[in-house]
Amino acid sequence: MKWGVLVFPGTNRDYDAYDVFARILGHDTRYIWHRERDLDGLDAIMLPGGFSYGDYLRCGAIARFSPVMEELIRFANSGRTVFGVCNGFQVLTESGLLPGTLLRNRSLRFINEDWPLRVERTDTRFTHLCSEGQVMTVPIAHNEGNYFLGGDDLKRLEDRNGVLFRYCSPQGEVNDASNPNGSVNNIAGVINEAGNVLGMMPHPENRTDPLIGGTDGLVLFESMVAELSQA
Amino acid sequence: MTRQAIDPNQKPVAYPGDPEVTLDIAATLGVTDEEYTRIQDILGRMPTWTELGIFSVMWSEHASYKNSILELKKLPRSGGRLLVGAGEENAGLVDIGDNLAVAFKVESHNHPSAVEPYQGAATGVGGILRDVFTMGARPIALLDSLRFGPPEDERVRFLVDGVVRGIADYGNCMGIPTVGGEIYFEESYRGNPLVNAMAVGIMEPGKMMSAAAKGVGNPVIYIGSRTGRDGIHGATFASVELSEESQSRKSNVQVGDPFMEKLLLEATLALADTGAVVGIQDMGAAGLTCSSSEMAAKTGMGIVLDLNKVPKREQGMTPYETLLSESQERMLLVAEKGREQEIFDVAEHWELQAVEIGYVTDDGRMKVMQDGLLVADIPANDLALGGGAPVYERDVEEPEYLKSVKTMPEFEEPTDLKEAALSLLARPNIASKKHVFRQYDSMVRGNTKVLPGRGDAAVVRIPGTNKALGMATDCNGRFTYLNPRQGAAMAVAEAARNVACTGAEPLGVTNCLNFGNPYKPQMYWTFREAVAGMGEACRALNTPVTGGNVSFYNESPTGAVFPTPVIGIVGLAEEIEKTVGMGATREGDAVFLIGADATSWAGSEWQVMQHGQPYGELPPFNLDLEVRLQQLIITAIRAGYVQAAHDLAEGGLVTAAAEMCIADPLNPQGMQLEFEEISSLDLFGEGPSRVLIIVEPAHVDDLEELARKNDVPAEWIGTTGGKGLGFRTLFSLSFEEMSKAYYHGLSEALGIE
Repeated sequence: MKWGVLVFPGTNRDYDAYDVFARILGHDTRYIWHRERDLDGLDAIMLPGGFSYGDYLRCGAIARFSPVMEELIRFANSGRTVFGVCNGFQVLTESGLLPGTLLRNRSLRFINEDWPLRVERTDTRFTHLCSEGQVMTVPIAHNEGNYFLGGDDLKRLEDRNGVLFRYCSPQGEVNDASNPNGSVNNIAGVINEAGNVLGMMPHPENRTDPLIGGTDGLVLFESMVAELSQA
Repeated sequence: MTRQAIDPNQKPVAYPGDPEVTLDIAATLGVTDEEYTRIQDILGRMPTWTELGIFSVMWSEHASYKNSILELKKLPRSGGRLLVGAGEENAGLVDIGDNLAVAFKVESHNHPSAVEPYQGAATGVGGILRDVFTMGARPIALLDSLRFGPPEDERVRFLVDGVVRGIADYGNCMGIPTVGGEIYFEESYRGNPLVNAMAVGIMEPGKMMSAAAKGVGNPVIYIGSRTGRDGIHGATFASVELSEESQSRKSNVQVGDPFMEKLLLEATLALADTGAVVGIQDMGAAGLTCSSSEMAAKTGMGIVLDLNKVPKREQGMTPYETLLSESQERMLLVAEKGREQEIFDVAEHWELQAVEIGYVTDDGRMKVMQDGLLVADIPANDLALGGGAPVYERDVEEPEYLKSVKTMPEFEEPTDLKEAALSLLARPNIASKKHVFRQYDSMVRGNTKVLPGRGDAAVVRIPGTNKALGMATDCNGRFTYLNPRQGAAMAVAEAARNVACTGAEPLGVTNCLNFGNPYKPQMYWTFREAVAGMGEACRALNTPVTGGNVSFYNESPTGAVFPTPVIGIVGLAEEIEKTVGMGATREGDAVFLIGADATSWAGSEWQVMQHGQPYGELPPFNLDLEVRLQQLIITAIRAGYVQAAHDLAEGGLVTAAAEMCIADPLNPQGMQLEFEEISSLDLFGEGPSRVLIIVEPAHVDDLEELARKNDVPAEWIGTTGGKGLGFRTLFSLSFEEMSKAYYHGLSEALGIE
């Protein structure tokens, strides 16, 4: 199984993603520089966190014009696995692979903190090893994580069960008090209709090592591995 | 690049439009009469305006250390695992085994932050990161030591907000975790905040790049951002007191671009791998001038620069402006002739500009050309620290204030113990700094084991190994105010104790010495005393000084800051599994109070609450006991039976115990302390060399035996468990009461919640 970690100028959680695939899972992994066009031989691609091009404009707005993006869209449309976290999620919404947009946190401050998430579906390639209603605690680390989608589009997303993770309390309650950044309906992560593209703001890759804050996030990667090894 | 031949007999000329050079105009650049004469002696003629500018920044306090170097040389600057000592390169380098070394340094950005807090703090982070990665080390952690005036002051709130955002935006964008530091609020910093940033990096020692120019004819290459007019005379600006007029000097403050710095970081580390780099220096204070002349002076070589080649973002810049610009995110390197293309290829990959702007010569002179004119020709060595830069011995006089602060005015000791405990926990200097550190990304790179607020020091795994580094900054300015020598020794000891409390063994210290105007003898006395105290503690603890920074002139119209020698420290833990934080984790463990038994009200949080400023004589400080105590803690933690350890600092025993109960607010753990009776001084007073340690019940004998062997007092004082912190029948605090005070105190004081 071969993983790719996409690197734009300014990407900075590339190392974290690489570490999960290569060290924790022991898989063949390579970095993909944003000017590359050859994604052959990869089974799954992760778009890690960071500040692509400094994010001085809207986050991810410039990265989506990188040469690799055309190929990535083709890769996604072929049904292979694409997983964007944080800035990677922002790039996926900017490029139209996922709906919505990420606004500034309602506190207008960057927030880095462990935060509980409720898993909304367990029938996806990213979450099939999770238990129903599982609460996992993984860190958020963003300034623009406030997910927004308007009226009908939001209804469509909810109707098709496109929300995979919601911010919640340690007990799993989804309400305003358990919403760290103002995201509509506490949305922390969404999946495309075909079920092969996931974008989320929190960082499961930073909770995969028992020595460093626990392994709550590992189940996502294990789900992907299990699904891919069956395929 | 076509290299223009320069006739050795050619004399430098004024650049068209430059002001006429006079003694008066020299004074406006901070050059003294004596220095002006010396410049003419060195050159054998009048300097050009460009040359005067070069001398003024290179001989400024900030770049030359002219008023501090004689004292700094008294510090222990070698020994232990030190590979590169203080002042030899951009940062010190310490061996940590496995063919790895750690580079670390702390530096101030006080004056820029006082005027433009966001950019001032941001570029402070950028500057210290460059110091570390210029050597070829990958930065793995940042820490920030901050001091402000009282939090209810509107201007202070503005500064706190800007400084924290500046640090956050820069470090977060770079993807380097900000894992620790300190924040204090004190009247003396009202007009002059302190913003000290520390960076820690890891490298293979064999790949170290030196800040030295070698090899006649080797090209000098500029890489990174374009040069603009920002930050001109930043180094000189840092070398005078702040005044009303300072607020109008925002053009002295640089503007940061962390995205560019991220590219520069990756490119620099890639350059280190090529082996084509002969020498490299970042353009920080005094920009192109400092980087070029220092690299030349270091090897006795000369350097020729053609300023027309320098990438600029503004039209019509004069040589003076180009040389003195402190535009950020720029590097100057000397490449091996014939291998330029390897440099350009790396730059191209990272989408950076790289241009050859000069070459190395053997005449020891810094020669600068623009528009075909020779505008400066100076012996490089005469510009540099350790070369011809001036070195002064300053007058000292014991300060008047020390007599009056020794006697503590009468005050009321705490009577309602519970109320006193909760009011202390909510004090901004004691309360959790979560409001600040949650704005920093402390987890990126996935190696931070002990997070901010969870231990006495941060613990960061060394990538690719099973080892970890403990790191902290520390200084109690109240103690150094009351007794500069002992206070500074206690600052070193506390920083080392913090690292020891995680199980890491201190390797070395870096320091940022924040003081007032060195030309005031009473101020200079405190500086000299503090350096002496630091030296004593560093020798005793075997932690050599790897480098750092002196920041003088921390004075505003309302007076000087407390003498504040901030200590940054890094320690090594051989097994990351065995490092600990400060939070109690389970029921039924034994709680021990170990170390010294002397406490006092002098400079304590309670005393300052009563009087508004520190008074009194510090309690005795026994360095020998401190060394034994730290050895004991490290040994016990490495033996694997210690669950948590926590130093007793501001607020004394009750604060420390409460912090251990609620360090993890989602999983608090109680503690029942079995005191039949205890004085309020023992509960809330402060003193050095005291630690609370939580030990597995089966190993109580082991700890007691170890304490006897190390000749360190150790007293069993209670057990973990129960609903909150209890002192038998005296008083108790529930989790909710403690959390409300501790986790909301700071944001309430800042008017945020």
